[in-house]
Amino acid sequence: MVGFVARRILLMVPTVIAISVMTFAIMQLAPGDFLTSLVAGMASQGESVSQGAIDALRDRYGLGQPPHVQYLKWVSGIMLRGDFGQSFEWNRPVSSLIWDRMGFTLVLSLGTLTFTWVFAFLVGVYSAVRRYSIGDYVLSFLAFIGLAVPGFLIALVLLYVSAHFFNQSVGGLFSPEYVEAPWSLGKVVNLLQHLWIPIVIIGLSQAASLVRIMRANLLDELHKPYVVTARAKGLPEGRLLLKYPVRMAVNPFVSTVGWSLPALVSGEAVVAIVLSLPTTGPLLVRALQSKDMYLAGSFILLLSTLTVIGTLISDVMLAWLDPRIRYQ
Amino acid sequence: MSAQDSLAAPEVLVRQPAAEPEPSLVVASQWRLMWWRFRRHRMALAGGVVILLLYLVALFAEFLAPYDPEATSVQYTFAPPQVVHVYMVGAYVFGYRSVVDPQALRRTFTVDESVGISVHLFARGPSYKLWGLIPMNVHVIGPEDASAPMYLLGSDRLGRDVLSRIIYGTRVSMSIGLVGVALSLILGVLLGGISGYYGGAIDTAIQRVIEFLRSIPTIPLWLGLAAALPASWSPLQVYFAITVILSLIGWTGLARVVGGRFLSLREEDFVMAARLDGSSQLRIIVRHMVPSFLSHIIASITLAIPAVILSETALSFLGLGLRPPVISWGVLLQEAQNIRSVATAPWLLAPGVAVVLAVLGLNFLGDGLRDAADPYG
Repeated sequence: MVGFVARRILLMVPTVIAISVMTFAIMQLAPGDFLTSLVAGMASQGESVSQGAIDALRDRYGLGQPPHVQYLKWVSGIMLRGDFGQSFEWNRPVSSLIWDRMGFTLVLSLGTLTFTWVFAFLVGVYSAVRRYSIGDYVLSFLAFIGLAVPGFLIALVLLYVSAHFFNQSVGGLFSPEYVEAPWSLGKVVNLLQHLWIPIVIIGLSQAASLVRIMRANLLDELHKPYVVTARAKGLPEGRLLLKYPVRMAVNPFVSTVGWSLPALVSGEAVVAIVLSLPTTGPLLVRALQSKDMYLAGSFILLLSTLTVIGTLISDVMLAWLDPRIRYQ
Repeated sequence: MSAQDSLAAPEVLVRQPAAEPEPSLVVASQWRLMWWRFRRHRMALAGGVVILLLYLVALFAEFLAPYDPEATSVQYTFAPPQVVHVYMVGAYVFGYRSVVDPQALRRTFTVDESVGISVHLFARGPSYKLWGLIPMNVHVIGPEDASAPMYLLGSDRLGRDVLSRIIYGTRVSMSIGLVGVALSLILGVLLGGISGYYGGAIDTAIQRVIEFLRSIPTIPLWLGLAAALPASWSPLQVYFAITVILSLIGWTGLARVVGGRFLSLREEDFVMAARLDGSSQLRIIVRHMVPSFLSHIIASITLAIPAVILSETALSFLGLGLRPPVISWGVLLQEAQNIRSVATAPWLLAPGVAVVLAVLGLNFLGDGLRDAADPYG
């Protein structure tokens, strides 16, 4: 097991390096470098920047030098000093802007993942065991709706319904009185009261496809001879189900959860904008619209790395569940 | 069809002659068997009809839309939808009465039931050129008096007809799915085929690339690439750039399906037989292997189109995909981005219904095709 985890972590290294190269390429694609924009922005506000300060920044990020030098300076800044560069739109270091938002994104993603998993597992098992019952039809129909309706559309409809019929707003993660307040028990409760709405919206479309997978897997297992054997020797139906076929069926299910993580982060980005959540999505889109490339690049880098780590966790869980994978 | 199919069909029949009473089964071709299987799937059939209708709408957009999608009206901004009332000899809609809210200084419209506007099928309205060629001015539905207002799905902030804009948007939204998937397919079949046919180190390398691409969250990646498109590009260039960006990820799914099929088919007896016969590699692939997984590929394509449609909608909704004056469902939904416009004009969400219809239809159709792809199972 330890060897397996170590091998997986080693495999992660080239992936993360590839991600950083790709992110850097995206940052370079945008026209103009951030320094020119910074100087232009400050000049338009009537401030002048001394040539020395510009030269210092130019040297720090290797601007004007060949791309690979710039890349190395950028990566080593992150690795050695935790310096993600400068956001010219906010005129602050990127690292001071991202961590709060990454935290909320992490909480939201983990919450959504848990919801997706529990929901898809329960519903999938139910619709497989009670195949062609009314419940199965209703749930399958709901799953298809969840698959077809984009999350941001559900969010918009929800906004409309709550504003029009209940006369209250569902956006944000906190009530107005808690936004600036320090952390307390009340604030956490308030957060949870707001958090479930985006969790359900983002989770629904993910859960929909997982339900289909779980149902199909379990249906394949339910008619195998070993199930008949277990039933014949008098095992109670509930224990039989959980001990044998579900354990077999949950296996492809876990490996798919790894794939669904990127989709989760993507869904979060769009829904967060509609619901104006203080997560990474809205800031990323704004940074991209204003070509604030160091900020945008840092988000893309961190979100992708987070996803790779999530995939690693799901791989480890899969190996823990299924010895055949561990000893390959 | 190739030799193995005509051999396989009677064998199935010999084993269970009583199960399928249809006498024509013996001579039915593979495609006919698939059609029979597909026909049994009611939802897939319904999905197919919806998709066919949507593509017809895209084809005849100019004729079906009552108005020019860009025609603005200062008089009727945010006009609510009208209901068509049908009576014995014709149909009519009610007119509008405008009320100025003294507090918000905003003009709002209410339906005025004292004014009836006569509505006709095949009415003469604004002139247009069908497919840019044939000059016409007949619209499938329109008011008798061309200057009277008729907004069946309401109007937006510039007084443009939402229904006409959705109809025109069908063109871009439904075609971007096709173009995007066609691109993904070329990449997917090529790389997936290479990976499956040759196996070994090439396979490992391609699988690593696929794994890498799938481990990146797509929206941030797409946003980054889309933001890098120069603002000076023409709408057509942006359209193709966006499809390329979308298929950058889309091909991985298709490559896996194709690669897996190739890998299993390579070991089949009929491939070995063809090889012993001295067929060239290209001939083995094109003549023997491709026909036996073509149906699976068609099913995978159908299931891949909705993903592209949804992605385009999300990107355009965020303002980083297609830009006005191009009209797509995502661009239209951008109008409904903030709570204020949704609260005052909920009919701006109507393009979302079109998205849901298209995606559901394609999903059901794809499901049915996938079941039908293997008619011997």
